[in-house]
Amino acid sequence: MAVAPPMLRVLEREAIVFRKLWRGSAFSSFVTPVMFLAAIGLGLGGLVERRTGHVAGVGYLAFVAPGLLAASAMQTAAGSSLWPVMAGTKWIRTYHAVVATPLSAADLYGGTVLWVGVRATAAASAFLAVAVLLGGVPSPWGILAVPAATLGALAFAAPLAAYAATQDTDLTFPVIMRLGIVPLFLFSGTFFPISQLPSWLRPVSVASPLWHAIELCRQATTGTPRWAAATGHTAVLIACVAAGWRWGTRTFARRLTP
Amino acid sequence: MCAPPLVQGRALTKRFGTYIAVDQIDFKVERGEAFGFLGPNGAGKTSTMRMIGCVSPVSGGELSVLGMDPALQGPAIRSRLGVVPQEDNLDTELTVWDNMAIYGRYFGLPRSVIRERAQELLDFVQLGDRRQDRVDPLSGGMKRRLTIARALVNQPELLLLDEPTTGLDPQARHLVWERLYQLKLQGVTLVLTTHYMDEAEQLCDRLVIMDRARIVAEGSPRELIQLHSTREVVELRFATAEERRDALPLLNGSGERVEMLPDRILVYTGDGDGTAELVARDGLRPASVLVRRSTLEDVFLILTGRTLED
Ligand SMILES: Nc1ncnc2c1ncn2[C@@H]1O[C@H](COP(=O)(O)OP(=O)(O)O)[C@@H](O)[C@H]1O
Ligand SMILES: [Mg+2]
Repeated sequence: MAVAPPMLRVLEREAIVFRKLWRGSAFSSFVTPVMFLAAIGLGLGGLVERRTGHVAGVGYLAFVAPGLLAASAMQTAAGSSLWPVMAGTKWIRTYHAVVATPLSAADLYGGTVLWVGVRATAAASAFLAVAVLLGGVPSPWGILAVPAATLGALAFAAPLAAYAATQDTDLTFPVIMRLGIVPLFLFSGTFFPISQLPSWLRPVSVASPLWHAIELCRQATTGTPRWAAATGHTAVLIACVAAGWRWGTRTFARRLTP
Repeated sequence: MCAPPLVQGRALTKRFGTYIAVDQIDFKVERGEAFGFLGPNGAGKTSTMRMIGCVSPVSGGELSVLGMDPALQGPAIRSRLGVVPQEDNLDTELTVWDNMAIYGRYFGLPRSVIRERAQELLDFVQLGDRRQDRVDPLSGGMKRRLTIARALVNQPELLLLDEPTTGLDPQARHLVWERLYQLKLQGVTLVLTTHYMDEAEQLCDRLVIMDRARIVAEGSPRELIQLHSTREVVELRFATAEERRDALPLLNGSGERVEMLPDRILVYTGDGDGTAELVARDGLRPASVLVRRSTLEDVFLILTGRTLED
């Protein structure tokens, strides 16, 4: 019998906590996309289409749905990598109990990031289902937007969880959300193609992991795969996860086993 | 041939940057005994316990735990340890039962095994009827007992307890002591730290006294008292600081040793009542005179010139 990697035991704990909260979470996983897609995709989209016709070759709803999908995965990932890590290291100190068992700080880090991945997969699936029902996903390739959005979420979760373990307080976390996550949400091609941006801002968007995740999701949901570009986007996101992972195994060890 | 020690440190050292928290200490813990690290805050007790618990790398010297090297076999050692840390780290988002269950899973135990043991252990620490309760509202003593039950879920050979009763009221402390004594009878080796001399006297077969990162004495509580202190102590309190100061020169020679504390004077003597009489004959008028037996607190005072509490 294969022995499950120790880091999966960390997921078990998260699943038990989640079991008690899942109703609220499942509800918002469906309601949030309905609100966003209805207001922006249909409401704003109607205006946009009346003025300019299609955006990047598709209706506005079909354009914005993959953007919102990837962006909401990023936001979930950021929120659930920062504060829960602070709770584990400082507030409730549960992480200190974990490293006293056979699990290592690296196992704990890995399990923490993987759990964010599980949550992102579930949220992205719900989002995609709503988008399909509202007519925002023209292609059956759209199903691939779920792994793409999950990879995008991990590209944020891995470095942010690593960073959170270096902090003694959560003072910087709202700043990261406001000055990091929100601008990325607005300027990574979520609502309009980045070609609309002034040329000096475009490199910033291209450097944003969210832009790569959105491009992947958009190719999937609109059924316009461009394989070379998709490979590049995937590679960038994997590089973000790998770099974050390397950093996180160190920051967790330094914090928990000094 | 005798069995190898369960834990052994040789010139064991812990540095944080340039700060030396544990300075070349030597000690041995034998299987089945209750071994203590007694010392004031900042002495280096927690740092030592964390190295034994394989959650803090050794900076110098040697350490073996269960015959293994923490640097190479950390997970294997930790799978056979129980740890009760100084600061509670129970999972307050979970119930009492789920705390046990999850902790058991961290050790890779099958769920059926955990179910059986968890109930037994919760009964052992008298929390059997609180299994579905949330952890947060439990009292300090209950949380401590739950932490102990949780630490036993993997049936450890060695239980590490860092200040097991600090912050508990006397009744809760006695209950914890009694449970720990039961564990010792069952053959579990206990290693504990404390800054309470009564806890060390109650629980420890053998202990080391730590001060400022070093070990200053080692032995059983009785040996330490015999070796370093006198049989009895006369405690003299005076109404004012002046009276206390004026009394000091008159007390020289009244016992084997005289120590002045901020609130009283201690006279170390083989015969407490005799010394007390002598003091009265010398015309001193202390506000109160107390004759008592020497404790580990006295050993610490004699060895370091300070009390355990400051
Ligand atoms: N992670 C750490 N980084 C820096 N200094 C530390 C760390 N942990 C403990 N110390 C220092 O080491 C000394 C000994 O601490 P500790 O082992 O906790 O003593 P005790 O448990 O006997 O009170 C203290 O001065 C403490 O500030
Ligand atoms: Mg301590």
